[in-house]
Amino acid sequence: MSVAVKQTPLEARLAALDLPKGGFSAPARAAALDRLAAMGLPGVRDEYWRYTNPAELNAAGAPRAKTFEVKDEEPIFDAIDRIRLVFVDGVFDADASDDLAAEGLEISRLADADGTDIHWASALYGALETAGQTPVARPLAALNTAAATDGVLIRVTAKVSKPVHLIYAHKSEDSDPILHHCIKLEENSELTLLENGPAGARFNKVLEVDVAAGARFHHIRAQGRDHERRAVTHIFARVGAEALFKSFTMTANGVLTRNECVIDMVGDDAVAHVAGAALGDGAVAEFHHDDTVFITHGAERGESRQVFKKVLKHGATGVFQGKILVKPGAQKTDGYQISQSLLLDDDCQFLGKPELEIYADDVKCSHGSTTGALDETALFYLRSRGVPHDQAVSLLVLSFLADTIAEIEDETLRDEISARLEAWLSRHRD
Amino acid sequence: MLEIKNLHVKLEEEDKAILKGVDLSIAPGTVHAIMGPNGSGKSTLSYVLAGREGYEVTDGSATLMGEELLEMEPEERAAAGLFLAFQYPVEIPGVGNMTFLRTAVNAQRKARGEDELSAGEFLKVVRAKAASLKIDAEMLKRPVNVGFSGGEKKRNEILQMAMLEPKMCILDETDSGLDVDAMRLVADGVNALRDAGRSFLVITHYQRLLDHIKPDIVHIMADGRIIKTGGPELALEVEQNGYAEILAAHGIEGVL
Ligand SMILES: Nc1ncnc2c1ncn2[C@@H]1O[C@H](COP(=O)(O)OP(=O)(O)O)[C@@H](O)[C@H]1O
Ligand SMILES: [Mg+2]
Repeated sequence: MSVAVKQTPLEARLAALDLPKGGFSAPARAAALDRLAAMGLPGVRDEYWRYTNPAELNAAGAPRAKTFEVKDEEPIFDAIDRIRLVFVDGVFDADASDDLAAEGLEISRLADADGTDIHWASALYGALETAGQTPVARPLAALNTAAATDGVLIRVTAKVSKPVHLIYAHKSEDSDPILHHCIKLEENSELTLLENGPAGARFNKVLEVDVAAGARFHHIRAQGRDHERRAVTHIFARVGAEALFKSFTMTANGVLTRNECVIDMVGDDAVAHVAGAALGDGAVAEFHHDDTVFITHGAERGESRQVFKKVLKHGATGVFQGKILVKPGAQKTDGYQISQSLLLDDDCQFLGKPELEIYADDVKCSHGSTTGALDETALFYLRSRGVPHDQAVSLLVLSFLADTIAEIEDETLRDEISARLEAWLSRHRD
Repeated sequence: MLEIKNLHVKLEEEDKAILKGVDLSIAPGTVHAIMGPNGSGKSTLSYVLAGREGYEVTDGSATLMGEELLEMEPEERAAAGLFLAFQYPVEIPGVGNMTFLRTAVNAQRKARGEDELSAGEFLKVVRAKAASLKIDAEMLKRPVNVGFSGGEKKRNEILQMAMLEPKMCILDETDSGLDVDAMRLVADGVNALRDAGRSFLVITHYQRLLDHIKPDIVHIMADGRIIKTGGPELALEVEQNGYAEILAAHGIEGVL
């Protein structure tokens, strides 16, 4: 009688990976593996995975995903003067990318930087992820730190007007990229980071952002496009005194998306805004979208905003789990959170879990969560003015999403995102 | 212009008849007023003509310049030349007033096979019309009706009407919530649009507005029917004696 040795899911996952040894990142990678071993992969019994089944994000192999091209559409952000860094199925494409040298920026590829043992990013790589593991475990982020094959490391030393644009092309139906980026904004510097593209059949991405005192970071992401792709992404940010962190994500399509955002407001008068607009149509492929946000106020007079909206149709599912934690002494904190969903038909669902945990007495915190259908009165009003039904619906959906788009400071980028949302809506009329 | 024959309407959801045989014939270039106590069915009539959901036409017909109105989608009725100034204009957060106006104007032009107006052309026209209604640039930028006062909302309705240049204008209690100055602005806006090819149906509870917008014909509506029709003097009669006498004469126990 032979005894079958049964692998745990984590062992199976790790066995399927070609773990890079790492240079400067080697200690962080080793520590991440230890963390991961202690945590195990996430499961539906975990408190923050009740609404989203992580099985396909855990699985040893990526479920296949067809690519999807939108005809007659210019690539997003194409009209903007920016530094493009292109990854195809997670592999850096130097030919398609711009020169990495730019004023006020030090950009290197993780894969290159890992050829040496000394790099400025060694203080950051995995550090914010590690800090973000308490009080809530985020095993897929630890997996990322251990297993990331590439990414970009950006040090910002001045106010940089040209955005850096990370483009994630998806060409292979079974690609399974794991990318890890570190961005360090030195005091009073400024950077806009753009991201878009499905990246692969399954994408695991971590972005660690350290925003030093007085620095400003703007992040605009257009995620999705491919209907069948799956993604788990984490943003870990540390926001210093009088620093600003702003992140906006548009998600359209995607069988499964889990976007986590973990923000530590460590300096007084820090500002952090996170916003998301998600659009899902279950008629084309399943759509399950999960925003999980954790903002910790650890200093005085911090301002945080979470603005998340989802537009769901044909059986699509939206999840929002958002927490504001105000630590003792974080007086005068101003924390705001809103999550709303617009259900365009009856068989969609929205699952919301807003949380406030406050240990300081002089704070202003509020949260709200709503689920609703399209306003029939407003729809009739528009139609009575001659606006055709479908166009009126689009207008109302865009008006529903307006608060999230308003979180994008730059007008050109705001218009670009609005145009994409509008185009999606016109492709998904009943 | 507008021909309504024996119109019977009930609520879709329940067995409640609201309009019980309305007949109305409005000639091009004329101004008709409908007066009547609250609950008599005036708003319902305007909604049914504009195509709002929730009502069921059980009998009768309505045509606009010979076209069957009740068969059309609301946007088709608008493109055919019908306009309803709402009793309660709707707030649409997130949609700029200007965007809304331009979308509406261009949608109608498109439906009629006309070229869309360029942003520049549109701006010029809208600015001039807004100015005459004392609607400033700020109000044009704000989301549709959001945070507008009652008077601002009603002026905004008239601005939409002026921009869309409909043939048949229905004004549902446009005077309610207006002070004297605002009422004059609204009335001037309406009067500026009066011409031989355009008709108006002015719905009002009070005679006040009719001092400024002089009607050719006045109808009294009660309990889902037009019970009396006359000249402008009928409005004055209502003003002096109230509705009770007229209602009693038609065997309707009046609640005002
Ligand atoms: N959607 C509705 N649901 C229930 N009752 C309605 C509805 N619309 C109209 N009614 C009823 O129909 C009658 C006429 O209403 P309405 O047309 O608003 O009158 P008016 O505008 O003359 O005041 C009232 O009794 C009103 O309560
Ligand atoms: Mg009414």
